[in-house]
Amino acid sequence: MEYFLQQLINGITLGSIYGLIAIGYTMVYGIIGMINFAHGEIFMIGSFIALTAFLALAALGITFLPLVLLIILIVAMVFTALWGWSIERVAYRPLRGSFRLAPLITAIGMSIFLQNFVQVTQGARVKPLPPQVTGGITLIDQGGTVVQISYMQLIIIATTTVLMIGFSFLISRTSLGRQQRACEQDQKMASLLGVNVDRTISLTFVMGACLAAVAGLMYLLYYGVIDFYIGFLAGVKAFTAAVLGGIGSLPGAMLGGLAIGLIETFWSGYFSVEYKDVAAFSILVIVLIFMPSGLLGRPEVEKV
Amino acid sequence: MSAITSGISQTPEGAERELENQRDAARGEPPYTPAPSADSRLAASLKDAAMTAAVVAVLTVFFFAFRTDIAVGGLNLTFRWPLWLSWVAIAFAGRFLISYFLFRAPERAVAGVSKSTSVRPAKRFSAGKIFGIVMLLAALALPFILNTLLPSHNRYLLDLAILILTYVMLGWGLNIVVGLAGLLDLGYVAFYAVGAYSFALLAQNFELGFWVCLPMAGFFAAMWGIVLGFPVLRLRGDYLAIVTLAFGEIIRVVLLNWTDFTGGPNGLLGIPKPTLFGLEFKSGAGSFAEATGIPYSPIQRFIFLYYIILALALLTNFITLRLRKLPIGRAWEALREDEIACRSLGINTTNVKLSAFATGAMFGGFAGSFFATRQGFISPESFTFIESAIILAIVVLGGLGSQVGVVIASVVMIGGIELLRNLGFLHALGFDPTEYRMLIFGLAMIAIMVWKPRGLVSSRSPSAIYKEKKKIGADLVAQGEGH
Repeated sequence: MEYFLQQLINGITLGSIYGLIAIGYTMVYGIIGMINFAHGEIFMIGSFIALTAFLALAALGITFLPLVLLIILIVAMVFTALWGWSIERVAYRPLRGSFRLAPLITAIGMSIFLQNFVQVTQGARVKPLPPQVTGGITLIDQGGTVVQISYMQLIIIATTTVLMIGFSFLISRTSLGRQQRACEQDQKMASLLGVNVDRTISLTFVMGACLAAVAGLMYLLYYGVIDFYIGFLAGVKAFTAAVLGGIGSLPGAMLGGLAIGLIETFWSGYFSVEYKDVAAFSILVIVLIFMPSGLLGRPEVEKV
Repeated sequence: MSAITSGISQTPEGAERELENQRDAARGEPPYTPAPSADSRLAASLKDAAMTAAVVAVLTVFFFAFRTDIAVGGLNLTFRWPLWLSWVAIAFAGRFLISYFLFRAPERAVAGVSKSTSVRPAKRFSAGKIFGIVMLLAALALPFILNTLLPSHNRYLLDLAILILTYVMLGWGLNIVVGLAGLLDLGYVAFYAVGAYSFALLAQNFELGFWVCLPMAGFFAAMWGIVLGFPVLRLRGDYLAIVTLAFGEIIRVVLLNWTDFTGGPNGLLGIPKPTLFGLEFKSGAGSFAEATGIPYSPIQRFIFLYYIILALALLTNFITLRLRKLPIGRAWEALREDEIACRSLGINTTNVKLSAFATGAMFGGFAGSFFATRQGFISPESFTFIESAIILAIVVLGGLGSQVGVVIASVVMIGGIELLRNLGFLHALGFDPTEYRMLIFGLAMIAIMVWKPRGLVSSRSPSAIYKEKKKIGADLVAQGEGH
């Protein structure tokens, strides 16, 4: 039971990170119907920016931890958002209205480019960062078996919850959210009604990149080691999460992220670490076979 | 300006200008064209360039200006301001040159779009057909051409040609699934891996040779195609893409971890070389050299491998072209265009999709077993997602459904990138091309796609024709929609 609880906490933490990345996939898919394959790379870039900013702050002599974390969070979000905006501008906007596979190919090309760009400029070796936030709260302590939630896990879960609430508010209550939902339903009609479609799509990428940057920072602080290749697997898992939850649905992305995180953690905890990816992907396949539009997705009825 | 060229004006100003032009023409004066003033263009270009430089500066500051390295006691931060500033300057200069000298005539783009969709009758011997025949002859004669022209680089270039042909074959195989049947498959490398591992395991455990294993590898891959294809048949578009990607990863992870059976990360060694009617390409008894009396040379093995992959690739092409004329091929293309219409007409979409998956997988399996015999060693490292992405990129960049396009894209992408490795003068400039190989590959993918979204070969000849054969623009064909 204690072991189960501990795995549950670990799984929710991992799932939160996946969920944050998955939102970027699901939003972009919802609005322009393309798989943004470079999104995992945006996550990786976010964590590299956070790491470099952290070291730069340390070089400047700023060491008060809450302040440092706040600054690198903002820096990572702003700079990664610009990356998201530029990628959309360079690789996807020229192909809008083209056939469906064209932006997918540029997205894969962008993903290859970004991975190698980071590898060339920052080196291929892993970048370890010693744990910054240490300690935790012991929930259960019975003769040897300890269930603990670390402060870092608390920060991750709390940040994700706050971001999710803020985000749901943004989508459902603000005019930007209304514009996004309008573009999702019918871009031509939205533009006729005075919605700046290009701007809305750009902002969608910016928002997705911001959330990916938060995920990148959390990943860096939680695992303490990053390299230029982390974006691929995290991206594929997050996309799996988005599809599992029903692509295009925001709560679905979060739910899917949690599901993938829990499956992976429990599988590694109870069975084998080697096959945790196989477990996550197999669950995806099984869910999709029985519910082809994901957990919370609306079934798409194709009409003639 | 558009009012002058098109003769129809949409705006009041345009109509006025048109009237003025008519008046001018009546007086025998040339029509008025507003010349863009050089000053305003210069200012606009400078503004563009400054914007680009600013964006590049912000984007790259954390990657060029800072560098983290592992040092004693943690990470060490080094500063590289000159590198960063020089890249910002390059961005400024590049953008300025492009907007000042290249983007002068915005109307040209509009004319280009309308041209590409035009329908024109195909000549009896189309340029594509002649090009294909010339390429085929060149491919057949290639080993001899290389032998006469470049004997010193013979082996390297032949090896490169084998690599390119492997990708051509994989591209043609994937073209059946994506280009003809319109099913987006992101895990094609799984079948490549199945083919390679089937051959390697059969050869090691049962001592079978290449020619016995080749059809078996194709058969196993086709079976896997059916097994993997079956659950995904109900899925649409991107769900199909992600599930095939997941299958590709699952197969790779299993190969990596099932150490007893597949050798795990160490892979499988000592895979036999192909033989010509039982004759091996080596010196000594039972060899090709002994039986034919031709003195042994290591290049013979490469020439033999080259002809095997050429034959396999041409077989793929031939079968694809013939299948397009059979009911099953017609059904694939119909499925790509409209699945609902297919079902209404009584086509069993399940069988049609499965057959496309299986056929594509079979050719992937053939290519895989060829890869195994060429390398003599396989490991899961060779079957990562990036391979699937490269094969899909070749198919899409070449122009989906176009057979010649796949060849051109393979030569450009694989050959071009490989040749980059050998540009010695770049080393002299302190620039190591091998390090930037994949970087340039990614950039090339983006550039080609933005330049020609429909692929390099962007016209199609329809499989079914009524009276007259016509070429049609690629944008009139539904492609890779992934129904």
